[in-house]
Amino acid sequence: MVERAAAPKIPMLRRRLLQAARAMTTPLLPDDYIGLLDPRWSTREATGSIVRVVPETDDAATVVIRPSHQWTAHKPGQYLRVGAEIDGRRHWRAYSITSDPDHPEQLVSITIKRVAEGLMSPWFVRHAKPGTLVFLGEVEGTFGLPDPLPAKILGISAGSGITPLMSMLRELDRRNGLDDVVHIHSVRTADRFIFGDMLRELAARRPGYTLHERLTGEHGRITPDELDDLVADWRERETFLSGPREMINALEAHYLENGSEDSVLHVERFQPVIGTGNASVGTGGTVFFRVQDVEAACEVGVSILVGGERAGALLPYGCRMGICHTCVGRLRAGQVRDLRTGELFTDEGQTIRTCINAPEGPIEIEL
Amino acid sequence: MSTSSSTAHLDQDAREALAAELDALHAEVRADLGARDAAYIRGVIKAQRQLEAAGRALLLGSRWKPALAGGTVALTLSKVIENMELGHNIMHGQWDWMRDPAVHSTTWEWDAASTARSWKHSHNFQHHTYTNVVGKDRDLGYSAMRVDADQPWRPVYLAQPVYGMLMALTFEWGIALYDMELDAVKRGEKSKAQARQELRAFAEKALTQLGKDYALFPALAGRKGFARALAANVVANLARNLWVHTVVFMGHIPEPAETFTEDQYENETRGDWYVRQVTGSCNLDGSPLFHLMTGNLSFQIEHHLFPDVPSSRYSDVAPRVREICGRYGLPYHSGRLGRQYRSVAKKILRLSFPGGGPRAVAPAAFTPARAPEVPALALV
Repeated sequence: MVERAAAPKIPMLRRRLLQAARAMTTPLLPDDYIGLLDPRWSTREATGSIVRVVPETDDAATVVIRPSHQWTAHKPGQYLRVGAEIDGRRHWRAYSITSDPDHPEQLVSITIKRVAEGLMSPWFVRHAKPGTLVFLGEVEGTFGLPDPLPAKILGISAGSGITPLMSMLRELDRRNGLDDVVHIHSVRTADRFIFGDMLRELAARRPGYTLHERLTGEHGRITPDELDDLVADWRERETFLSGPREMINALEAHYLENGSEDSVLHVERFQPVIGTGNASVGTGGTVFFRVQDVEAACEVGVSILVGGERAGALLPYGCRMGICHTCVGRLRAGQVRDLRTGELFTDEGQTIRTCINAPEGPIEIEL
Repeated sequence: MSTSSSTAHLDQDAREALAAELDALHAEVRADLGARDAAYIRGVIKAQRQLEAAGRALLLGSRWKPALAGGTVALTLSKVIENMELGHNIMHGQWDWMRDPAVHSTTWEWDAASTARSWKHSHNFQHHTYTNVVGKDRDLGYSAMRVDADQPWRPVYLAQPVYGMLMALTFEWGIALYDMELDAVKRGEKSKAQARQELRAFAEKALTQLGKDYALFPALAGRKGFARALAANVVANLARNLWVHTVVFMGHIPEPAETFTEDQYENETRGDWYVRQVTGSCNLDGSPLFHLMTGNLSFQIEHHLFPDVPSSRYSDVAPRVREICGRYGLPYHSGRLGRQYRSVAKKILRLSFPGGGPRAVAPAAFTPARAPEVPALALV
């Protein structure tokens, strides 16, 4: 299967007309012809045009997109799969939405930090131009503000983990909900602070919003013990955590050990690379791909997908982080372990995502 | 292991080296695919749909002869390109690397009686795996004709020059029936439920296809233009059938192409597989436009070696494949359409009668092929 954009919202009348016109275009769809005039007119996939790319720091930019169809409202904190064609191939990645849910001009923006060895982020930050066509996937994610709004909030972010928090802060600002919000953001140097100016301005304007900037280049990473000094009442706050895996793991452990029963922790993990052996979970094992007739050995922490690719198999994939379900195969024998959670799956015949699961001993997969 | 008189000189080491060279060539081309190739296939798709739209628009004025003639030609050409350069190649997965769901083997549907799903199974899997293995490759004569001396003769083959022609005219319908492999149900190799489902999908598709070509568009040409527009659609479909049939039969049946036995197919190495694909296929020489109209199946050898390489790359790869084959002493069959057509016609005529095998005693490697398990499927 191939990863697709979301199905756009189409007015009833237009849908009926297109349905009727199928008699003339069968076995194709009217959209196959309409899309030739302008791909944005197709109703098959949700698309958008880049309106502008706004540099935020040296290596981060906000990409402002005008959706071609009516935008499904998102909640602050959610992310969007975005697809773009680079050198003839379509690629997909998920990015946090940083725009307001009801933007006056119906624009949507994502903020992207360039990953040097990445593919899409350099393209967005350096090459994407106004007018460029992008594909829009579903709005997803459960990380966000609860309803009703919590009385006391603590936000802890690091690096590009600021993005979902930014849209939540914007929402809080708009709803006058910035009564008691403490925000600790870690970044290597001050000039790399994405949205730094905006947040400093927000802190000056809203007395209920306190911003602690932690420059890790000078003072090192924040440790859980330092929480007590920075936010004495952290246990009573609803906490939103967004950043690299190590930071989240450390703080999660800290909350489990030292938090009170009432401590509520919301977590957004950014795991751009899963399954390349960077996690020491499970035992590893061998994979036999039935359809491709390929046998692959996976060391500890290597996903089925990565192992298969290293063994030369051409396998379907999309987001490579467990979101899009492009890479699913059917488990025919053996057991697999989810590299994100460490959970073990043993039911043969179930479909599994090859990008986030690793073999636990010898397995066979139909793919 | 496939060894025949023309390739007996190649030992396993040579075959291994050959496979390594061809694998490297394949990897090189696949790694080089990019925006240029994407622009090519989208350009062909666009041109084909514009040609079709123009043909349909002209046929709305079928009452006027120039519109009728121009419309028929445009519609025929668009139907040929749609089947050959687009349908066949896209459904092979040649463009899957683009990851564009609109140009992808898993989503593409074509203007032919076969459903994409049935066709992909019988073509991509059966024909491309068992190429020219008598009794296994159902494309050899489409289980209705005797095109190899190793197929046992039966009296019905006396009529094959006649029903062969009829089959050419109704090719897409024959292929649709053939792709469903209904005879496999009788042998218990396919469940009745699956056969029913495939039949239903076929009926649904066939009805909408017929409705579009023979009712809807003729009706749009108005009362006075109906009959002529209908005739134009009939001509376009018949001409497309004839052309597709011609190109397909030139791929593996002209005289020098070799066939193989199931024993030869068993225990085949990668090198043996490449050797079988080269010696079992025949190219057609011609201009770039000719290659486009054959869907680049005029590069049958390159297509069989690298079915997942985009068709637009075959012309670049062909001289290199030919050079490699030359170095290994592998016969590389290629000829102009007229010559190949005569060769196929002669073979079909000769094999409608018993015998027809090589005069000389076959070398030991030619073990007699087992009778095809597939009973002849009445196509007409």
